[in-house]
Amino acid sequence: MGRRGRWQPLLWLGPSLTLIAAVVVYPAAALVSASLTRYSITGLSQGSVGIRNYGRLLEQAALPTVVANTALWVTAVVALTIVISLALAQLLNERFPGRRLVRWALIVPWAASLIMTAKLFAWIYDYYFGILNHVLISLHVIAAPRDWLGDDATVLCAMIALGVFVSLPFTTYVLLAGLQSIPGEVYEAARVDGASPWRRYWSVTLPLLRPALLVATVLNAIYVFNSFPIVWTLNDRNPGFGHDTMITYMYKIAFKSALRDVGLAAALGVVNVLVILLAVLVYLSTVSWREAEA
Amino acid sequence: MKRAALSGAGLVLALVILSPYLVMVFTALKPESELRVAPPRLTPVHWQLANFVDVLADPDFQAWLRVSLVVALASTVIVVLAATPAAYYTARHRFRGRSAFLLLVLITQMFSPTALVVGLYRQFFELDLVNTYAALILTNAAFNLAFAVWILRAFFASIPREIEEAAAVDGCGQLRALVQVVLPLSLPAMVTVVIFSFIAAWNEYIVALTLMTDPSRKPLTLGITSYVTAYVQHWNHLFTASLIAIVPVVVLFALIERHLVGGLTAGSVK
Repeated sequence: MGRRGRWQPLLWLGPSLTLIAAVVVYPAAALVSASLTRYSITGLSQGSVGIRNYGRLLEQAALPTVVANTALWVTAVVALTIVISLALAQLLNERFPGRRLVRWALIVPWAASLIMTAKLFAWIYDYYFGILNHVLISLHVIAAPRDWLGDDATVLCAMIALGVFVSLPFTTYVLLAGLQSIPGEVYEAARVDGASPWRRYWSVTLPLLRPALLVATVLNAIYVFNSFPIVWTLNDRNPGFGHDTMITYMYKIAFKSALRDVGLAAALGVVNVLVILLAVLVYLSTVSWREAEA
Repeated sequence: MKRAALSGAGLVLALVILSPYLVMVFTALKPESELRVAPPRLTPVHWQLANFVDVLADPDFQAWLRVSLVVALASTVIVVLAATPAAYYTARHRFRGRSAFLLLVLITQMFSPTALVVGLYRQFFELDLVNTYAALILTNAAFNLAFAVWILRAFFASIPREIEEAAAVDGCGQLRALVQVVLPLSLPAMVTVVIFSFIAAWNEYIVALTLMTDPSRKPLTLGITSYVTAYVQHWNHLFTASLIAIVPVVVLFALIERHLVGGLTAGSVK
């Protein structure tokens, strides 16, 4: 399409590249640089300290708990989300009156602001006035009200339940797209071979759904790891770091707790970025995204 | 028979998903005196529609709404202006660095600003841009760019080149071919991009929480939390404000639902 110089791509990609350089690459560099610096409590740089912030990070008493919480939070939310979404996608892949209504209902937790949904659940989980205790007592599931967000035994479960709830729409849509890409003849052939419905699902549908499952799992793992509003909101009554993930712990170190230690938070930030990069590498190696190109 | 069973299951599912939001609606319509009663009642005794009037007339709410609109609109404009030429060029040309560029875009999509928030704060602190709209707008734009690039690129690629080549014969430059020929055909993709980036910026929380400490510059996501604090407990107003923020966004989202998966997975699941 006509002549073009070597500089021409830069002209067309320029605005995007500038934006990414200014607001993704620059802060990433600022993060690494901050992780190598000591800061006063008011945020003024007091010079380089090498990798000492990373050493201090490892000495933090809360770190093992926070890492364990993160692992449990990500694994539980992703696993439960995938299993439930498989069923939901299967349902939405059938034709029935009212299917549009279900699709629209599923959009609501996806489109709604996470912080607003998290506040809503804080109200539903409320010890005195929350509807959850009332419903569970009426159904004789529990005998007495429980302090879901104040009790160490239940707060993480309460967060995981909400994490699953808000992850279902995206996951279901991805798996549904995967199901719809499976040609009908494949099922026809399996039916002719006399395979039972369960057997058809297990040996025909699931293997063909593999790419969609991989995408859904890795992307969800990244989203859930990065998730902030749910943990932040449902855990806001509890002191200390007992129910924090690596993301909210980082945030508290930097901005909220008595520590106010930007260097230490930045060191954890770099670790978080590396964890995500690792997931991105997994994603790139499992997904043939290049094939989707024109 | 099977269809009836499926419909039944679908109805139950829809109800389960919507039930928390029904609690939101009913609480938003309760008077203050009905919020803290034990055992709790699902529905209001007195339906207080005036809560909506109160919230809409609240000067604080109006300020948050204005900030959210300004930030979401401005960042959407930037996303469209930056993503369109990049999407068009990568859809139409093979050149050195193309794969590298697309990889870079994909990586930015994986990195919500959350992990970088300490770096973002340091950056804007050093540039003296804390509490400015510019910082919030640019950050939102950068992280919503990828979705726009994927959606637009796939759409541009589906438009036959011949249409542009006919325009090129008329002496049209590439930019004019894009603006006069391709863009008018790309309205559905453009609508998807605009709605998605508007909603993403509208719902953004952590960057605003970090950068916007000035009460007059808080967006809705941040502002509404001040209805319920350690000192005041206006849950009804919190949910009234939430509904005003959520309902339009759900309707817009429903319009683009079919295109979401393609943009969020860079087209790797279709």
